[in-house]
Amino acid sequence: MLSQLQKKLLNDFQQDFPLSPAPYADIAKTLGVSEQEVLSALQELKQLDFISRIGPVFPPNSLGNSMLVAMSVPEEQLQTVAEIINQFQEVNHNYHRENRFNLWFVLIGNNQNHLHAVISEIESETGFPAMRLPMIANYFINLGFELDWND
Amino acid sequence: MKLDAVDREIIQQTQAGLPLVSKPYHAIAEKIGITAQEVIRRMTCMQEHGIIRRIAAIPNHYRLGYRFNGMTVWDVDDQYIDELGAKVGQLTFVSHCYHRPRHLPEWPYNLFAMVHSKTEQEIKIQIDVLSEMLGSYSRGHDVLYSTRILKKTGLRIKNYVSA
Repeated sequence: MLSQLQKKLLNDFQQDFPLSPAPYADIAKTLGVSEQEVLSALQELKQLDFISRIGPVFPPNSLGNSMLVAMSVPEEQLQTVAEIINQFQEVNHNYHRENRFNLWFVLIGNNQNHLHAVISEIESETGFPAMRLPMIANYFINLGFELDWND
Repeated sequence: MKLDAVDREIIQQTQAGLPLVSKPYHAIAEKIGITAQEVIRRMTCMQEHGIIRRIAAIPNHYRLGYRFNGMTVWDVDDQYIDELGAKVGQLTFVSHCYHRPRHLPEWPYNLFAMVHSKTEQEIKIQIDVLSEMLGSYSRGHDVLYSTRILKKTGLRIKNYVSA
């Protein structure tokens, strides 16, 4: 399983990954290990898919616009409809959820007009109405997520 | 802050992640044809202006055992939503919290809070905490568990970053 070093790397660098010439060496110094150990540990975490990436996080709507959309689709048609929706490059992710509205997806694009046009296209291709849920306010200040290792 | 072509280039080159090499910003700089110092200066500036929220090693929560992801939705009075949303957004087990429009009559909910946990029991406790926090301001709520991820891609801004 994960080493102590890997756990620390996962937990402690969700906020302030160093913006310095040799960031992995700086992390190594903080943790009292070598740069190579940090690089190897991170390499393994990435390979195992425990880390999705190391890099900048952009707040919603800082670079483009996003829109949450929900649809109510009969279960037997869900897979087909999801495949149609997923073909649109604006669709960033798509989840099946247990509800009358069982398909939930997020679109990202240039501006709201473009997103509305794509959603209309999705509606006509799938034959199901889309419930549009744009963000009115964002209340979350993301400081990372406290990981719990007790299991 | 207005982004210029070089800033956009930096965003494009880093959005999929920094390389796991000793000097990752130098590697990015080389691709763009500027100095590493310039990459760092511009990223610092973007962070100060909120274009970049944070720079992070981003854990894959699902892979780490956080299999239960619930979208909790609440019907709260519009008059108090900003105040309540700010409180909910501070809870450590909440990963996203938004105000979104209602679609009456079929969708009465206007406050969305995503919660994550390793067990079903734990997620029920989290929902109880939210319920208590919102108290009588909440006129109704629901929890939508995700059963399947049908598509998940990282941020791709290539197509609209030039806008």
